[in-house]
Amino acid sequence: MAHSNTPPVIEVEHLECGYAGTVVLKDINFSVGRSEMFFIIGGSGCGKSTLLRHLVGLNQPARGTVRFFGRPFSDADLATRRLQLKNFGMLFQSGALWTSLTLRENVALPLEEHTTLSRREIAEIATLKLAQVGLGGFEDHYPAEISGGMKKRAGLARALALDPAIVFFDEPWSGLDPVTSRRLDELIREIRATFGTTMVIVSHELASIFDLADRVIMLDAGTQGIIAEGDPRRLAAESRDPRVKEFLQRGTQPYTVPA
Amino acid sequence: MSDEPPSSAALVSTRAEGDRIEVSLAGEWRLTGSCPEWADGRGLPTPVATLRFRDGGLGYWDTSLLLYVFDAQEWCRTAGIACDTAGLPEKARALLAQLGTSHTSAVPHERTDSFLVMTGLATRQAWANLNDILHFVGECALGAASLPRRSKKFRWRDCIDQMQECGAMGLPIVSLISFLVGLTLAYQAAVELRQFGADIFVADVVGLSTVREMGPMMVAVILAGRTGAAFAATLGNMKANEEIDALETLGISAVDFLVLPRLLALGLMMPLLALYANCVGILGGMVVAAGILQIPPSAYWIETQGAISLSDLNTGLLKATTFGLLIGLSGCLRGLQADRSAAGVGRAATSAVVTAILLIIVADSIYAVLFHILGV
Repeated sequence: MAHSNTPPVIEVEHLECGYAGTVVLKDINFSVGRSEMFFIIGGSGCGKSTLLRHLVGLNQPARGTVRFFGRPFSDADLATRRLQLKNFGMLFQSGALWTSLTLRENVALPLEEHTTLSRREIAEIATLKLAQVGLGGFEDHYPAEISGGMKKRAGLARALALDPAIVFFDEPWSGLDPVTSRRLDELIREIRATFGTTMVIVSHELASIFDLADRVIMLDAGTQGIIAEGDPRRLAAESRDPRVKEFLQRGTQPYTVPA
Repeated sequence: MSDEPPSSAALVSTRAEGDRIEVSLAGEWRLTGSCPEWADGRGLPTPVATLRFRDGGLGYWDTSLLLYVFDAQEWCRTAGIACDTAGLPEKARALLAQLGTSHTSAVPHERTDSFLVMTGLATRQAWANLNDILHFVGECALGAASLPRRSKKFRWRDCIDQMQECGAMGLPIVSLISFLVGLTLAYQAAVELRQFGADIFVADVVGLSTVREMGPMMVAVILAGRTGAAFAATLGNMKANEEIDALETLGISAVDFLVLPRLLALGLMMPLLALYANCVGILGGMVVAAGILQIPPSAYWIETQGAISLSDLNTGLLKATTFGLLIGLSGCLRGLQADRSAAGVGRAATSAVVTAILLIIVADSIYAVLFHILGV
C-alpha cells in the first residue's frame, strides 16, 4: 500500500531516544509512506513505546530529527509542534480517555480546540465518529461505565476526530480478547481504506502484524536499534537473523517446548 | 506434581552402610503442610563419606522437598561430604540444579550511592526542579495573559465545578475552624485584658488578628490540605492514566485545559472564603465575650467596627488571593510532576500540601514586612 512515488509522510533520521540520560535506542532511521500500515515490533522492553513517544513529541530526542510531510517536528518550537499535532491522532494503550468527560465530549474536545465549527456540528461529528467505531448509543456514557475494548474504540474515535493524516497506535490489542482484537483489525483496515490514513502501530501481536502490516521495523534491546525492516511475511520466511526468525515464526509455527 | 490433597505426611528415613548414608524420602511434601527440616547432620553416624538420596515412595512434592535436599547439599559441601541426588525424580534434580545456580550466581544489586554521588544527584535534581517550577509558572502566566482573547475556549464549566468544590463544599470545615479560632483568640485575650479592666478590647484583638492574619491563613491551610492535595491527586492520576499525554498529542496545553480553570477558581474563591471566615471568627469572639466577659453583642460589634479599617480588610483579602494562587500552583505542579504510579500520586498529594504551606508562610512573612514598610 506504500506509495513509493510520493514523498514520505514521516522521516526519522539518526534518532536517539532515552530517558534521563539513559539511552534506549540509537541511530534509528526509517521513513513511512502515505497510507502505509507501518508496524514497530520487537520484544518486551526493546523501546517500541519509547520510540513512539519520541515520534509524537511526548519526549524530546537526545539526537536526530523527526520530520512530518517534509517539515521538521522534533526540532521545532512548542507552538509549531502543537500546530502540526492537528495532523495526528493517537490511540494510547489504555485508551487514555478523559474520565471526567462523556464519550461524546471526549471526541468533541479536539474539534472544539482546533476548529471553528458550531457546537451542534461538533456534536454531530462526535456522534458520527463514535458510530464509526461501533459505539452508537454510548455517547453519554462516561469512560468508567464501559469495558476495556469499548474504551479502546472510543480512544480510536477521538484519535480520528480531526480526520488526521497519520494515526499512531500504542499496543492497541493489549488486554483484548481474540474476537475484539479481530474487530479492531477490521476497523483499522476499514479506516485506512476509507480515508487513506497512514497508520503507525506499536505491537507484538503477531496475528495482527501478519494480517495488517505493509512493512515492519523490528527493534532489539541488545543492539538498541533496528535489526530488521520489510514485509513481515518475507522476514519470517527469509530472514537469517535468529532473533527475527524466533520472534516472527512464533506466530506461524506451533509452540514446542525447547529441549 | 499433582494438586491433590495430601494423603500421607512427609517422611525421612536414613540407613547407614559403613560411611555411606542413604536418605529415603517418602510421602507428601507440601510447603503449606508439615515437612521435616534438614538438621545439619544431627543424628547421622560419623564419619560420613557419602550422602545418597533416594525416592522411597514420594507422592506429591513441591518446593519444600527441594529446600530440604538443598539444605542437605549445602551441609555436605561445607563438611566436604559427597552428595548424590541421582535417586531423586528427574524434575526435582533439574530444579535443584537451578536453585544451586541461582544461589551462586545471584549478584547483589547495589542501591546505595556514595555521599558525593548523592550530593551531586540531589543538586542536579534541585536544579531540574527549579527549572520545572519556573517553566510551569511562566506557562501559567502566558496562559493567563492569553485568556482574554481565547475566553471562548476557556473551560468555564470546569472552573465553575472547581469553584463549587473548593468554595461551597468547603464552607462547613471553614466555618468550624474559623469559629473555634475566633473563640480561642477571645479566650486568650480575655485572660490578659481582664486584669486591666480592658475587657472590651477583646473585640479589637479578635477583629484585627482575624481579618489581617488568622482568617486568610486558616482558610489557606484548610484549602492546602483539602483542595491542593485533591488537585495533585487528580492530575497525578491523569498523568498515570496517560490522559495528560493524550492532551499533549492533540496539541492541547495541559496548563490551559487543567491548570488555569483550577487557578482561577481558587483565586476567586479564596478571598470570598476568607471574608466568610472573618465573619465566623468574629462571631466566635463575640460568643466568648458575651458568655465570659458579659459584653453585649451590640457593644462588641461597635468596638469591632471601630477597630477594623477597610485597609485591614483589603490586606487580608489580598493575602487570601495570593495564598489561593500559591495553593493552586503547587497542587497542579506536583500533580503534573507525579510519577506514573499509585505511590507517585500519593507522594504528589503530600508534596503539594507541604509545598503550599511552606509558600503560604513565606508569602505571609513577605507581606508582613511589605505592609510594615508601606504603613498599611
